[in-house]
Order: sequence, then C-alpha cells, then structure tokens
Amino acid sequence: MDSGRRRFLQIAGLSALGLGAKPVLDAIADNGNQFKVGPKAKLAKRWAMVVDVKKAKDSPEAFKKSIEACHLSHNVLSKWKNPKHEVKWIWQAKFEQAFPGEEHKYLQDYLRDGLKDVHPVLMCNHCDNPPCVRVCPTKATFRRPDGIVVMDYHRCIGCRFCMAACPYGARSLNWVDPKTAIKELGEPVNFPTNREFPERTRGVVEKCTFCSERLAVGLEPACVEASQGCLAFGDLDDPNSPVRKLIKSHFSMRRKAHLGTDPQVYYIL
Amino acid sequence: MLEKALRGSPGYFAWLVILLALVGLGSICYFRQLMYGLGITGMSRDVSWGLYIAQFTFLVGVAASAVMLVLPYYLHDHKIFGKITILGEFLAVAAVTMCLTFIIVDLGQPFRAFNVILYPTPNSVLFWDMVVLNGYLFLNIFIGWTLISAERKGVAAPKWIKPFIILSIPWAVSIHTVTAFLYAGLPGRHFWLTAIMAPRFLASAFAAGPALLIIFCYILKRFAGFEAGWEAIKSLSKVVAYAMVISVFFVLCEIFTVFYSQIPEHMSHFVYQWVGLMHDDHLYWKFVPWMWACGALAITACVLLIVPQWRNNEAILPWACAAVFFSLWIEKGITLTTTGFIPSPTETITEYTPSLNEIGVTLGVWALGFLVLTILYKVALAVKEISGGEVAH
Repeated sequence: MDSGRRRFLQIAGLSALGLGAKPVLDAIADNGNQFKVGPKAKLAKRWAMVVDVKKAKDSPEAFKKSIEACHLSHNVLSKWKNPKHEVKWIWQAKFEQAFPGEEHKYLQDYLRDGLKDVHPVLMCNHCDNPPCVRVCPTKATFRRPDGIVVMDYHRCIGCRFCMAACPYGARSLNWVDPKTAIKELGEPVNFPTNREFPERTRGVVEKCTFCSERLAVGLEPACVEASQGCLAFGDLDDPNSPVRKLIKSHFSMRRKAHLGTDPQVYYIL
Repeated sequence: MLEKALRGSPGYFAWLVILLALVGLGSICYFRQLMYGLGITGMSRDVSWGLYIAQFTFLVGVAASAVMLVLPYYLHDHKIFGKITILGEFLAVAAVTMCLTFIIVDLGQPFRAFNVILYPTPNSVLFWDMVVLNGYLFLNIFIGWTLISAERKGVAAPKWIKPFIILSIPWAVSIHTVTAFLYAGLPGRHFWLTAIMAPRFLASAFAAGPALLIIFCYILKRFAGFEAGWEAIKSLSKVVAYAMVISVFFVLCEIFTVFYSQIPEHMSHFVYQWVGLMHDDHLYWKFVPWMWACGALAITACVLLIVPQWRNNEAILPWACAAVFFSLWIEKGITLTTTGFIPSPTETITEYTPSLNEIGVTLGVWALGFLVLTILYKVALAVKEISGGEVAH
C-alpha cells in the first residue's frame, strides 16, 4: 500500500507541476505577440542612421527640412518665449559642439571649403549601451531589441536623471505644458501638428525615437524622408542596407564613441 | 511623548510660528510650481538639476553625520557623547526629511513618485538612494524614539535596540556613498566623474554635520538651558577639524589631477567655477564670487580649527563651525550640482540662477526640516530635564 500512496503523490505532484508550468509555457509561446506587428511594419535587427554632411553641402536646406519634418511630426514646438523651456529632438550644431575635442585650429578651412559650413544634425544616438536606460529609476526609458531607445511618457516621473546621464544633450524635459508655452508666445500656433502622435504633458522627458511609430506602419523616419538623401536609415545587420553601404564606402565617425555608449548615428564629414 | 512639544516659552512658540509661516510660504510657491510646471524654476534643458537637488545632496551629508556621535559612543564607549547622541539622531531625522522633500519637489511628475517602487529598477542608483534614505530615516526615528522613551521611563534602553544602532553606522556611510554615486557614474559629466566623489562627500559631511551640531549646542544652551558639556563639544570640534582638513585636501587632489593632466573638458568646469569661462567672446562667471567665498571660509575654518588655542576657545569655536557649515553649503548646496552642467555636453554655456519661486520652495523645505528638528529636540530635552540626563542608554 505504501508504494500506492507514493505513486499517487508522484502523479499528483507531476500534475501540479504541469498546471504550474502552463502559464510559463504560455508566456514563452506568446513572446513577441504581446504587441501585434503590423503587416507593413519595417523590421530590423539593429536600426542605425547615417548623417551625410558631405552630401548636405550640396543641399544646404536639407537638414533644416529634416528638423522641421521631425518637429511637425511629433508635435514639438519650434518657438519658445522662454528659451530655457525649449524642447528639441533634432537640431544643428557647429562641428566643435557635435564633436568636442576633435576640433583643431586649421579644421575651419576644411569645414568652410570642404563642407561649406553646413552644420551636422544632432539627435539621440540610440546607443547600444545607453546610460539613460541604465539610470532611469522606473524603466520609463528602455531599449528595444532592435536598438531603438524609447520613452514611456506615462511612466516618467520627471526626475531628469536621464538628462544628466546623456552625454549628447539629446533629452528635453517639458518644463511647462506645450499649451502653456503657446499661450505665452502670444501668437497663433498650429498645434498639435500631428494628431496621430501623442502630445506630452508637463514634467516628462522626451527625445528622438527614430520614429518608431512611423516604422511600425512601414514609413521611414520623418527626418530621413525630408532630408533629400542626406540622412540614411536602415538595418546595420543587413550588408545591403543604405547605412551599411555608406559606412562601407566612406570614413565615418560617431559622437563621443570613447565613452563606451556605442552610439548608432554615424557621421560622414 | 509628543505632547511635550506643546508646552514651552513664548519664544518657543514664536519660533514655531515663524517656521510654520515659512512652510506656508513654501507650500504656496510649490503649489504655483505644480500648476505651472518646473519651468517656474531657473532650471533649463542644459542645467537640468538646480537648487533642489543641490540642497538634497548637501543635506544627505548633514544626515549622515549623526554617525560621528553614534560611532564613538557605541563602539568606543566615548561616554561624554552620551548626552548628545540623541541630538545627532534627531538631526538625521530632520535632514533626511528635508532630503526626501527636496526630491519630491524636484520631480516633474510628483504624483508618479511611487513608480520607483511599482517598477523597481536595481540598475538605477536613484532606486538605491530611495532605499537607503528611507531606511536611514526609519532607523533614526526608531532608535531615537526608543532611547528617549526608555529615558522617560527612567529605565535603561532595551538591549535589542543595540543591533539597530550598530546597523545605523554603516547605513549612514551608505546614504552618502549612494548619493555620490548618483553623480560619479555618468559618462560625459567630467566634473562629477571622479572616484573621489564619495570620499569627498563623506569628508565634507562629517565636517558640516558636526559643525551644525556644535552650533545647535550653543543655541540650546542659550535658549533652552541645555548643557551639552564643554568636553563633549571640544571632542566633537576635533572631528570637525579633521574632517574639514581632509575635505579641503580631497578638493585639492581633484584640482591637481584636473590641471596637471590638462584635459580640457575636465578643466573647463573648474575654470568656470573659480575664474570664469570665456565662450564666444563672453565671460561667464556667475559662480566666481561664491567659490571665492567658499574658499575663504574654508581656509578661515581650517586655521581656526587647527590651532588648539582657537579651537578650544568657547567664543571662537562657533564662528569656526559657522565658517565650515557655510563653506560646505556653498560647495555642495549651490555649486557642485550645477557646475556639472556648465559647460553642457555640447560645449554650450547656459548659466543658472534659481528663480524667486524656487527659492521660496527651498526656504519652505528648510523650514519644514527645522520644524521637525525643533519639535524632536523639544521632546528630547523635556525628557532629559525630568530624568536629569543621567540614565545610561
């Protein structure tokens, strides 16, 4: 009879184990299907961008168009009464601001003659080893498997640790509600410029998202689309992607790569 | 036991009314900030932490300094501290209260503060800061209250409190270490990226906190008739002297490394602080007077504290302590945080001046801390008056 009882317990135990394992198995089976991928979605193993400043010297308005397209697409105001309240996702800066420490006395000649003084655009570098993600106390900013570093505006507590951690100055806090900023401006502003994209509330941090919302429906990032070919976007893992082709045929550099953040925006200068 | 705080001289109540008024003023300013957003402060995209986080950083040090009384008394049986350890513990409670309040008023979305607990993130230093600060607050309330309750009943403190007291010693070190790690682990913020940040924080804490305690001992003697004992104060002044000298030494170590190595991005912050930074034909020098005041106060304090005749002079000591306190308050409570952002990672310069509303909130939080401190000290002293302060812990 003893063996009978043991047998019973064994079977009961195994059954319990099976029942217990079901949710785990379900979770594994469900993995990846939590958010449905749209039929048109652009997918990649590692998204990256190339900023072709050399090419932009022949279309000097290209980067301005990119900046405008980005900010219109993401409801980012272009004018602020108080410059300290500014929010920006992508902007142009002088070479020595983009690449501090890389400048030298005679570089100005090249920047003037070789690049016609076109300033590179700066944005979030979607680092492979992002310090902002490391410091966020709520996981409001996180790195997707395809490398895009995104923000959850509904979880962010506005502690601004990520702003201190980002070595590229890529992040902005909403110091005031955008609608308050418009009121202060005292002139009519078209806002929101894109009803498909959420407006933000005051007190949360935001930044460039590599247009994850556009990739999801098969579109290129807004800045790339408007760039007259001066910005390239694609999968670094794919040798035939536009980014890999450009990196193969040109010398490229990254901002502050020595910090170990492994930035994924490449510059051709 | 709190009822003891309800009885006192007219002067005591007048002081409470002043503090309450300041708390009220701070609350109004904070309400305005809540309604408008953090844009009401002087902070900006470039200088994204300001007076609030700086006060928090400084006050963590004040809180940690209680250990400079607790450690000699409990680990080395330094009996003369027996009467004042409770002052250190209650100062820690008030200081941590201010720290936590400063963090809350600094949040863009304060109503979401509990997200830090809902989504615990061990890779974030801020998560650990939340853990150690709340733990330290709990420890000090718990220990202080247990000791003072025992004293009121005229019995020895229960034995089981001892492990908590011992635990509070490394815990005090942890709060300031973790707070230093908030700064010292960020790539691209060269001003803070220094392994000596945590030791610097501890040294300055162990100078500023005990200096403040000595000043409190003078004030309590004058206004509450509480006699801490000259020997205890003298002993504590040695702690202040050593810690202050070490603190200055650590800063000089930083300055050596930065200027002998000649790495521009490391030098620029110090240049901005001490002589001003030229940028696009404009000299930015907002912190220069503050830094020189800080330096002058630090040297004065060191001289007054190192020479025994001056340190042991009852009339000079409080001034030396005030010099320590204000020197370190300028260093950590004003300049250390904001200078890390100037120049910015993209080599631009945005200077920072706190707005009036921001100063109002800051005053309110300080007043809240002093209110907590006053009430706790009132209770402690009332109990000691009855017991005669003779009961051993």
